[in-house]
Amino acid sequence: MGSLVTSEWFRLVLGLVIVLAFSQLNALFLVWLERKVAGHIQLRIGPKEVGPFGLLQTIVDGLKLVGKELITPRSADSRLFPIAPVLVFMPVLVGFLVLPFAPNLIIRDMNVGVLLIFAFSAFTVLAILAGGWASNNKYALLGAIRSVAQNVAYEIPLLLAVLSVVLMVNSFQFSEIVKGQERVWFFLIQPVAALIYLICATAETNRAPFDIPEAESELVAGFHTEFSGMRFGLFFLAEYTNMFIVSAVATSLFFGGWHGPFGLDLGVPGIVWFLAKTYVLIFVIMWVRWTFPRLRFDQLMNLSWKFMIPLSLANLVVTAIVLKLV
Amino acid sequence: MEPVVSAGALSPWEPGVFALFVYGLLICVFVGSQLFIAGWLGEKKPSAEKSRPYECGVIPTGSARLRYPVPFYLVAVFFLIFDVEGAYILTWAVSYEELGWIGWAQMSFFIAVLLLGLAYLWVKGGLDWMPLPRKE
Repeated sequence: MGSLVTSEWFRLVLGLVIVLAFSQLNALFLVWLERKVAGHIQLRIGPKEVGPFGLLQTIVDGLKLVGKELITPRSADSRLFPIAPVLVFMPVLVGFLVLPFAPNLIIRDMNVGVLLIFAFSAFTVLAILAGGWASNNKYALLGAIRSVAQNVAYEIPLLLAVLSVVLMVNSFQFSEIVKGQERVWFFLIQPVAALIYLICATAETNRAPFDIPEAESELVAGFHTEFSGMRFGLFFLAEYTNMFIVSAVATSLFFGGWHGPFGLDLGVPGIVWFLAKTYVLIFVIMWVRWTFPRLRFDQLMNLSWKFMIPLSLANLVVTAIVLKLV
Repeated sequence: MEPVVSAGALSPWEPGVFALFVYGLLICVFVGSQLFIAGWLGEKKPSAEKSRPYECGVIPTGSARLRYPVPFYLVAVFFLIFDVEGAYILTWAVSYEELGWIGWAQMSFFIAVLLLGLAYLWVKGGLDWMPLPRKE
């Protein structure tokens, strides 16, 4: 019993340290990648001065943020305002607890893994609302309510798309879902669900073409307008870490997780497959951001309610019929 | 890192919740300390100008806690309806094999009712973001 507890504690703390280090480095890398991708799409070079290929640029930026003053605006809610950045960063880190990086590289392979990630990603909505409300800034509040409306609207088709995969495996456990894709990746069987998932995930992370909540040209910066220094930094890191999480979940649900294509592993370790696929998906999300214009708000909401939700419900019923017949 | 197989009285669920709790707590401590260090090392030169809410340079008038447009409330209500129904579908999806054709028929009926509800909202104009033309 004692050894179980110690090993459990050891695993947790070790996992946490690795996750913290990885998530921060990963977010810094993704910010750099985003700027490079944006630069090349707009026929610029992007960051290039600090370090090789400008790789150290975001680290320098981060250090600068630590040195900046944490401003609390006048008549802001003094209790809610400081905890909003913590609230936005905590749930995305919890997601790492169940991500299946490789067959033996899951911190805790819970039987409700998929559910856990979506339950905690719902926390982000609360954090955004708390941040926007507490700032006492009209633009921040507008950005926050738009963001909440958008996030809740896209959460439903997202969940339904994931359910059609769960239906095939009969389990919420990530390792079971990935094991089910040893021969064929689920996006070949469930192309509609995969597409719905990717669109909704882009919307959930508040990225263009769904970046109405922080539409720079009309709302300053949306819900995080008033946050300065490291508080803003945490919102920023949370956004990029969240991008990694949704891409990693897409990889494990639809793109075979740690498996190579069609059961061919080519001698490459599982974690390499997993990370490669995740980063390709992240690149696609960035590519989309710098290619498509922003949607109008009513178009955005109608896309979810009038198109994605009926489609995902229909997809679920069709999946159920096909599973029964086959 | 080998997955720990829980032994004896502990079900796989209990250490899971415990682990989640400890993990969440440690994350909060980490993020909190990060903010504390930033607040400690950062500059501290407060001024009246700095603490004014930034609304594109225009001096803000009154409180920002204004009334929301009504469609946002509608979205929240619809979300509640559909999300609670999602919870039923979740439990059905994991036990799909055991439930057989009867389970399938019941849930298909349930989803059909959901779609009917959505169509009703749509026809009634609950999903419209513009004010509707007044009916005579």
